[in-house]
Amino acid sequence: MSQKYDTIVIGAGMSGLAAAIRLAMFGKKVCILEKHFLTGGLNSYYKRGKRKFDVGLHAMTNFVPRGTRGRPLTKLLKQLRIPWDALELSEQKSSLIQFPGQSLMFTNNFEVLREEVATKFPLQIDNFNRFVTYIEEYNEVALDNKTFMAKDVAKKFITDSQLLEMIFCPLLIYGSAWENDMDFSQFVIMFKSIYLEGFCRPSGGVRTILNLLLEKYEKVGGELRFKSEVTKIIHSNGKISGVELKDGTILECDKVISSMGNPETMAVTTGERPEPKVGPLSFCESIACLDKKPKDFGFDHTIVFYNEKDIYDYKKPNTLFDHSSAVACFPNNFQHDDGDTEGVARVTYMANYALWKELERKVYLENKNDLFEKSIETIKRIAPGFDANVLFKDVFTPTTIERYTGHFEGTVYGSTDKIRDGRTHIDGLYICGTDQGFLGIVGAMLSGISMANLHGLME
Amino acid sequence: MTPQEVRQAVSDIIADIAVDDDVTSINDATPLRDQLDLDSMDFLDIVMELKKRHKVEVPQEDYGQLASMDSCVEYLTPKFQ
Repeated sequence: MSQKYDTIVIGAGMSGLAAAIRLAMFGKKVCILEKHFLTGGLNSYYKRGKRKFDVGLHAMTNFVPRGTRGRPLTKLLKQLRIPWDALELSEQKSSLIQFPGQSLMFTNNFEVLREEVATKFPLQIDNFNRFVTYIEEYNEVALDNKTFMAKDVAKKFITDSQLLEMIFCPLLIYGSAWENDMDFSQFVIMFKSIYLEGFCRPSGGVRTILNLLLEKYEKVGGELRFKSEVTKIIHSNGKISGVELKDGTILECDKVISSMGNPETMAVTTGERPEPKVGPLSFCESIACLDKKPKDFGFDHTIVFYNEKDIYDYKKPNTLFDHSSAVACFPNNFQHDDGDTEGVARVTYMANYALWKELERKVYLENKNDLFEKSIETIKRIAPGFDANVLFKDVFTPTTIERYTGHFEGTVYGSTDKIRDGRTHIDGLYICGTDQGFLGIVGAMLSGISMANLHGLME
Repeated sequence: MTPQEVRQAVSDIIADIAVDDDVTSINDATPLRDQLDLDSMDFLDIVMELKKRHKVEVPQEDYGQLASMDSCVEYLTPKFQ
C-alpha cells in the first residue's frame, strides 16, 4: 500500500501542474502522470537545431500590471506563490482585426479599441459601451453558470453584423470549442482576457512558465512521472480506487484529477455514460524563421486576426485547411524582443482532422509544403512590405496535435461538453483543464487551482 | 507563544502568500483585506497554513476573527498555547 496517493493528477500541462502544486503545497501525497517526456501538454515546446519553438502559445492573455488586485493573472500567481516578476512579461505592441475594407486595432489599453469602434462604427459606439459594461459586470467564473450562446446576447447590443463578427473573431479562434459561436461565460472570459486585459509574452516563451511551475512543484515535494500513460481509471461502486498505466503498473489513490480532456478521460474510464462529444475544430500552423525581423519589412503589429470574408467562418473546413482566414503572430513584436537575429512569423489556420488523418505519408508531406506556401502568401497579404527569406520552416497539423497531446482528433479547445464544477459520474474523479471550461494558459492554470482547491483541499 | 510571536507567525504566513505585497508595513488595527491583495481563497490559505505549520485549527465560523492583525493575534494566541 506504500504506493497509495491522495491524488493522482493526469497530465503535466499547465492545469495539471497547477493543480498538483496546490495539493502538494498543503501536504497531500500527489503524483502527476505524464504520457509524454516533456511538460506542457497543449502549450509545450521543442527544439530543432539551435532554434527553440513554442507549441500553442502565441501570446499569454490576461496581462495586468504587477500588483493589480483580483484579476486572474495576479490571483493565480498568488495561489501558486510565484512572484509576478518571475514571468518577465513583455507586453504586445498592438494587434489588428483585419476584415475586407475594415480593421480594428487594439492594445493592452482598452481605450484604443473603444476609440477605434467610435471612429469606424460611430453608430454603434453607444451599443458597444453598453455591451462592455454588461460584460464587466458578469461573473463568468461562477461554477454554476448555465450554458447559453454568446452571439444571442451580443446581438441584443451590437446591431452591425460586421462589428459583431470582428469582435468575435479573436475570441473564437483563441478559445472556442464551438463552431461560429461560444458559450457566453467563455465569451466573457475571453473578452476580458484579450480586450480588457491584454496580450503579453514571458521572456523565453512558454518554457519560462513551465520551468517555474516545475521548480515550484519540486519545492513542495510533488512527484512527477514522465512516459506514464494512463490506460485505465479504476473504480468500483462508482468510486475511484486507482489508475493503470500502459506498462501494467497499478497505482492506488483516493482521487484523480484528469487534464486529458472530458471524452479522453471517459474513454479510459469504463462507464455506462454516453461519450462526451469531441469538439469539431482543429488547427494547423506554419512557423517561418526569417532573415529579417518584421520591423525591418515595416511591420509592427504583434498579432493579426485576418479574414477575407464579410462574416467570420469559424468552423471545420471541408478542405485540409482554410486559408481565407488566419491568425498570424509575430513574436518579435512584443515590447522586448528576446529573439536573436532572426525574425519569426507564425500562421494558424482552421483545419480538418479527418482529411489530414487519411493522407498517405508522401501526400501528407506534399500538403504540409503547400500549407507552408499558402502561409507565406497570407503573410504577404497581411504585411505588404514582406521581403524576407525563409531560413527555416516547420509545420504542424491536427494529426501532430493528436500525436503529442493525446487529444482526440487534434482538438485544442476540447469538447463542447464542458464540466464547470469538474465533477464526473465517478466519485473522486474530476476534470481540469480545457474541458472544465476556463481558457488559455492563465485559464488552464486557474482551472487546475480551482479544481484542486474545491475537490482536494476544501473537503 | 507570546502575542508578539503569534503576530510573527501570522506575518510569516501572509508574506509567503502575498508574494508581491509588502507585509512590513501592515497596520494591525485595520482589516488585512484593505491593505493587501487578499481574497477569500487567500484567507483559506492562511487557515491551511496555520494548520500545516502550527497544528492550529480555525473552524469556518471563526474565519471572521482573522480580519485584522490585532484580531488574529487576540483570537489565535490562546490556540497557540
